[in-house]
Amino acid sequence: MKCEELLAMLNEYVDGTVDPAVCEEFEKHMAGCNPCQVVVDNIRQTITLYRDGQPYAMPVQFREKMHDALRKKWKEKFPVR
Amino acid sequence: MTIRSTSETPDDGLVRLAKAGDLEAFEALTGRYEQRIYALAMRMLRQEQDAEDVTQQTFLSVLENLDGFRGEASFSTWILRIASHAALKIIRKRKGLNTVSLEEATEPSETLNSIPHPEFIADWRHSPAALVERNEVRRLLDDALTRLDEKHRLVFLLRDVEGLSIQETAAALDLGEANVKVRLLRARLQLREELTRVLGDPGRQLVRSPHPHE
Ligand SMILES: [Zn+2]
Repeated sequence: MKCEELLAMLNEYVDGTVDPAVCEEFEKHMAGCNPCQVVVDNIRQTITLYRDGQPYAMPVQFREKMHDALRKKWKEKFPVR
Repeated sequence: MTIRSTSETPDDGLVRLAKAGDLEAFEALTGRYEQRIYALAMRMLRQEQDAEDVTQQTFLSVLENLDGFRGEASFSTWILRIASHAALKIIRKRKGLNTVSLEEATEPSETLNSIPHPEFIADWRHSPAALVERNEVRRLLDDALTRLDEKHRLVFLLRDVEGLSIQETAAALDLGEANVKVRLLRARLQLREELTRVLGDPGRQLVRSPHPHE
């Protein structure tokens, strides 16, 4: 496997969906190619950082405003008989 | 009267109840997703007012179209789809463009053969766990996301942050799976590049060429 081929399979490898035979080749390449190993590590860290990052908190005032709007629309959709 | 706990009812159960006119179930669904939708919109748009508009539009649209939701996709994929399209509409408007579908915006050159090679390769100085709490890191993440083309950004956010599968991401964005995969790879590589330039240890930078295997 060449670096280019590894690059093309990167998603499947990182997501664990690569087939076992390819996975073995992938890991064999990484064992002998430090840059590819580090790129894979970096990608994993990048995803972790975004996934675990603090999400933006929804402002409380907006939440109330939105729920009012939704309740109003709800009453139009399900008018009380 | 029986006391029903909405917090343990799965999404599709709440949807069924809401369709039948149960406001409590609808509000439970809203409560379950509003923070997620708002955060996604903020990451797409980086502007509070726009993120609020997208969030409110999304839930109004859910309410309006609830009857048409047949459960072919999961509720989470369905609502993320609505929110994604609302966010894209705002981005396109900002750019002064008429809304075009994501598919139309794809360049023909976007294939696996044109994926850019990693340039700055180095181990990071700190672990993600040590970085995640820092304010300057949050800004770095946001800035790097903003520099992604929106069609790459959305794929990355839905797949890697919201945790949709490739198939679900494709369904949410009306894209083919191959297209989603290429965009995801581009997004991951570009974000890796930008983050590593700041977070990587220059003392441990690796040079790829001349390559031992070639
Ligand atoms: Zn390599």
